[in-house]
Amino acid sequence: MVVAVQFCDVSYSAEGRRLLDGVSLALEERTVTVILGRSGAGKTTLLRTVNRMIEPTAGEVRVRGRSVADSDVIALRRSMGYVIQETGLFPHFTVERNAALVLEAEGRPRTEREARSLELLSMVGLEPEEFRRRYPHQLSGGQRQRVGLARALAAEPDILLMDEPFGALDPLTRAEMQDMLRELLEQLRMTVLLVTHDLNEALMLGDRIVLMHDGRVAADLARDEFERSEQADVAAYRRAFRREMRSDGEGRE
Amino acid sequence: MSGFLAQYGSEIGELTVEHLWLTGAAMLFATGIAVPAGIWLTRSPRWANPVIGVANVLQTIPSLAMFGFLLPLPWLGERAARIAIVALTAYALLPILRNTYAGIRGIDPAVIEVARALGLTGRQRLFKVELPLAASFILAGLRTATVTCVGIATIAAAVGAGGLGELIFRGVASVDNRLVLAGAVPAALLALAADGVLGLAERWFRVPA
Repeated sequence: MVVAVQFCDVSYSAEGRRLLDGVSLALEERTVTVILGRSGAGKTTLLRTVNRMIEPTAGEVRVRGRSVADSDVIALRRSMGYVIQETGLFPHFTVERNAALVLEAEGRPRTEREARSLELLSMVGLEPEEFRRRYPHQLSGGQRQRVGLARALAAEPDILLMDEPFGALDPLTRAEMQDMLRELLEQLRMTVLLVTHDLNEALMLGDRIVLMHDGRVAADLARDEFERSEQADVAAYRRAFRREMRSDGEGRE
Repeated sequence: MSGFLAQYGSEIGELTVEHLWLTGAAMLFATGIAVPAGIWLTRSPRWANPVIGVANVLQTIPSLAMFGFLLPLPWLGERAARIAIVALTAYALLPILRNTYAGIRGIDPAVIEVARALGLTGRQRLFKVELPLAASFILAGLRTATVTCVGIATIAAAVGAGGLGELIFRGVASVDNRLVLAGAVPAALLALAADGVLGLAERWFRVPA
């Protein structure tokens, strides 16, 4: 197994609270690892240590065998894609410029940026000629998230970090986006770390599922094992999630 | 009326140019100080309250008193225009400083987070993201400061700095309303023009949500 990202006994505390408590994990190259857990479990905090948006208070994160603390932070971040729930699209840039912003930051020529931007928009299912000149406020939630994903892929990163990427979308758009992402990931074979609290999303997209609870790893299983596991934390999460799904469905009816 | 304009027309023109020069120079200095200071405060927010507080205090000093305080200072007191420009700069600081700080701090945190996470350098974040997104806010501050300074600059004539205030003071002293109006009307028109042009610029830079 080739390890792309490794968490070595990583802890993080802020304002007197221990948000990560001795997390050790190794993410295999070209696989999708989903970090699952309830709100406040430490999922986002863990993801943000990979690109040094957060510096661990103890332990070490290694990317491609090298400690991120010893890496140039700008180069490290440019080597990874990053997608968040709120998209964070730049409202004053067109879709085309948003998609190719990392290339612009790297000083690549305009013609290369434009060509790559059109390619990226097609990849995420947006008709380039229709969308390239639009601004984020002229897009739907799903279209914005597609642009966010295109932007994350611009510099052809080998690692993609996704924090609840579809959390703000309606169920139909969410399902469409999950299908699109699954196809895209099969095609690109990147190392993906995806944070979600949605069990169905985890089972659909993840090769491996890590369940977090109170800043610790409660379970670390392959997708199929996770579905069947009788481990107390896993079974409890599955039950709670399905109960919530049922009550959501009844509420809608 | 035509006789009055024939007699004072060229003087009104010269004093208008002088007024523009005093206000323009002060706005340049104030922008050069307040925009970088506002940016610095967004990086060191614990200093925001004390620094904005000092600018606030400067704003509360009555303008005539401010000109009076500066008069005995060495170098500054030698030329009335210097006193006027320094005083006007002090009055213009607060709106520009406050709006630069508030404009940058008010940007959607998700946008700033992504800019950092995508590997934009500090300078790229500032020039590609923060300043363009805060531009309409900063211009609103500049607009308030400019209109205020065009008005306050009329008082600079009290220390001999020239500008349209000179006509107003002469008109008051000689009880000649025509002279008062000859100073007040162009000053008001200048303020309205500055307000209109900067208002257009502010709308141009406004980013739809």
